[in-house]
Amino acid sequence: MFQILKNFYHKLGSYPWFYKISGKVIPFVAVLSISLIVISSIWGLFFSPTDAVQGDVYRIIYFHVPAVSVSQVIYYSMSVAAAVFLIWRMKMAGVYIKSLAPIGAAFTFIGLLSGAIWGQPTWGTWWVWDARLTSTLVLFLFYLAIIGMQSTFASRKSADTAVSIITLVGVVNLPIVKKSVDWWNTLHQPASISISGESSISSEMLIPLLLSILGVYLFVFFTGLLFMRAEISTREQNKEWFKKLLSNN
Amino acid sequence: MKQHRLKRLYGVLFIVFCSTLAFVLVFFAIRDNVNLFYSPSDLFENPPQGRNAIRAGGLVEIGSLKRSTDSLEIEFIITDLKKSIAVNYTGILPDLFKENAGVVATGYFDKSKMSLDAYQILAKHDENYVPKEVKKALEK
Repeated sequence: MFQILKNFYHKLGSYPWFYKISGKVIPFVAVLSISLIVISSIWGLFFSPTDAVQGDVYRIIYFHVPAVSVSQVIYYSMSVAAAVFLIWRMKMAGVYIKSLAPIGAAFTFIGLLSGAIWGQPTWGTWWVWDARLTSTLVLFLFYLAIIGMQSTFASRKSADTAVSIITLVGVVNLPIVKKSVDWWNTLHQPASISISGESSISSEMLIPLLLSILGVYLFVFFTGLLFMRAEISTREQNKEWFKKLLSNN
Repeated sequence: MKQHRLKRLYGVLFIVFCSTLAFVLVFFAIRDNVNLFYSPSDLFENPPQGRNAIRAGGLVEIGSLKRSTDSLEIEFIITDLKKSIAVNYTGILPDLFKENAGVVATGYFDKSKMSLDAYQILAKHDENYVPKEVKKALEK
């Protein structure tokens, strides 16, 4: 078992192998993720029941929760990649961080924006400096720092190293985002979905929400592969295997 | 693990440790200001000094809401089920504001009357989502 994992890990580090496999996987993931997003959006917007307290405005949950949730998961995965890059010098990890950072930033932005649009009618304000909102803004700023740092180095290797370090520095912020609503008084309410216990959202509303979360996760998988392929073709454009691939097509 | 990789692993752990320490120190330094609002019990225990605006939060006590008939002025009581303070406010209220629901009021605190002269009212909503029909059925 360990040997299989080790083999997979070594293959994952190989650009030609990744390029070949990802090209085969992308169409399936693309179709699956986009149809899941379409289905869950229609379900959430038109068929799930109206909330007793908030009325129809709560339906923005079907965009807000998947976006903020995936933005945190992306950052966690990027910090794993950062550690892999720093310890094993795996180039693919650098490609991963560079490709996923803009996607993470985009989803954090969607989360902040949809939260503001939701907050105005329900709370009475677009923005408040409570711990949850502020720490999410900090997450967004870390993403921007990672994106910005990419182009400030002459060599690819030093850029990847520096970016990995700043990624690891920012990972401490993630538990704060998650636990802020429990540790301090905030305007933002605590989590409604619980993996271990009972969720405080009724199941008729929860099922389309879980579908939309799955759809967005798969969408990130799809766009992540796409961006990584683009990054690999930029880095490897003068390499023999890549030229051969181009001339074959 | 090979020696040089082990060394780099320690480097990675050191970065995470330093950054954790930095965050912990920052939050330790601002620990009194991280909370968005004071509960009524906090205000009784430790009344705020000076004339700065503060935020108080809790539940709107059932039966305490009084609306003026000819203006937007309202009065109500914020409670945390232990202590309570009076609030007055003039203006438009958020949709979710009602009795027995969470609220955060920003304004100037009067220590002698234990009351808050609010200029902003925000509604807090809880983590429960229940369909309208289900709630109606439950209330019957």
